[in-house]
Amino acid sequence: MASTYEKIATTTVSGSATATVTFSSISSAYTDLVCIFVGNQNAAATAKLRYNNDTGSNYSQTDIVGSGSAVSNQRRSNTDSFRLYDILLSSNPINTFIFNINNYSNTTTYKTILMRSSDSGGEVGMAVNLWRSTSAINRLDFLTGATNWSAGSTFTLYGILKA
Amino acid sequence: MPILGTLASQFSGKPFSSFESIATVTVGAGGVANVEFTSIPATYTHLQIRGIARTDRASTGDWLEIQFNTDTASNYSDHYLAGNGASAYAGANTSATYMEVNRFPAASSTASIFGVFVTDILDYANTNKYKTIRNLGGNDQNGSGEVHLGSGNWRSTSAITSIKIMPGAGTNLVQYSQFALYGIKGA
Repeated sequence: MASTYEKIATTTVSGSATATVTFSSISSAYTDLVCIFVGNQNAAATAKLRYNNDTGSNYSQTDIVGSGSAVSNQRRSNTDSFRLYDILLSSNPINTFIFNINNYSNTTTYKTILMRSSDSGGEVGMAVNLWRSTSAINRLDFLTGATNWSAGSTFTLYGILKA
Repeated sequence: MPILGTLASQFSGKPFSSFESIATVTVGAGGVANVEFTSIPATYTHLQIRGIARTDRASTGDWLEIQFNTDTASNYSDHYLAGNGASAYAGANTSATYMEVNRFPAASSTASIFGVFVTDILDYANTNKYKTIRNLGGNDQNGSGEVHLGSGNWRSTSAITSIKIMPGAGTNLVQYSQFALYGIKGA
């Protein structure tokens, strides 16, 4: 049987100022995408993820976050991006996000994305995000909520093939 | 604002040889009552099911049920942690005839919305342990929805050779639902 889990691209933020990390021209040859972020931004603020550079109010999400002492959960509707709320704080040196973007290239269904997150400051979270578009996802934009992504932050995109 | 871009198509990534596609089912017009993977080889260490789903239940939500090896007896249990935007909650099912996998959109949901899930079936071919699964899934319907982390247990030491997935309260999985089974090799 063929191997099916492939690295598509990796971006490591260098010392220069980087406000947005973009994966563009993503092939539709895979069934699912997985994207892993490890890093931080240079100030506490809400980072965002957009698909196909869509800035319309076509996103919504449901989150749950545990801090070690409390659980919180939120829902946001009709937003302009997938908000990476409550988790990415510059005071916590390492944050991780794992995004599962299932069936990203079909042109029939809206896209639903799963995300798990953790930070070294002591929070763990998970979220489900809806993008109300039947377009195949061919671009991901990770927008910092601060001025820049921190140097050394890595974004790695994988593709998973089906049988 | 500075932008760091990567043209994804210019990379030819090196594949991970330990993650293999076993089978994929995409539900066609009219839907199906269940999806079943059979004759699963014992050559992997773990299995993973990845998919999107929606059912025909006359509601905005349904759940999926998983059974192994056509076992319909009360040999299953599951636990979960979930959040729906208004509250966080947890629950369990014991001595059940299936393992429950998170909530999915159904017939009364906005068209084109599907739920998603990634389910890991750990050490599935071991004949000395009961089998445990882990599931991350959810759906968002722009004003309702749920994100869900769960585990399940099948009290059998048999190697898993077949997996059946079906709607909880609905009759059918609807068109465009997709289930992909992968095998993960050990060292």
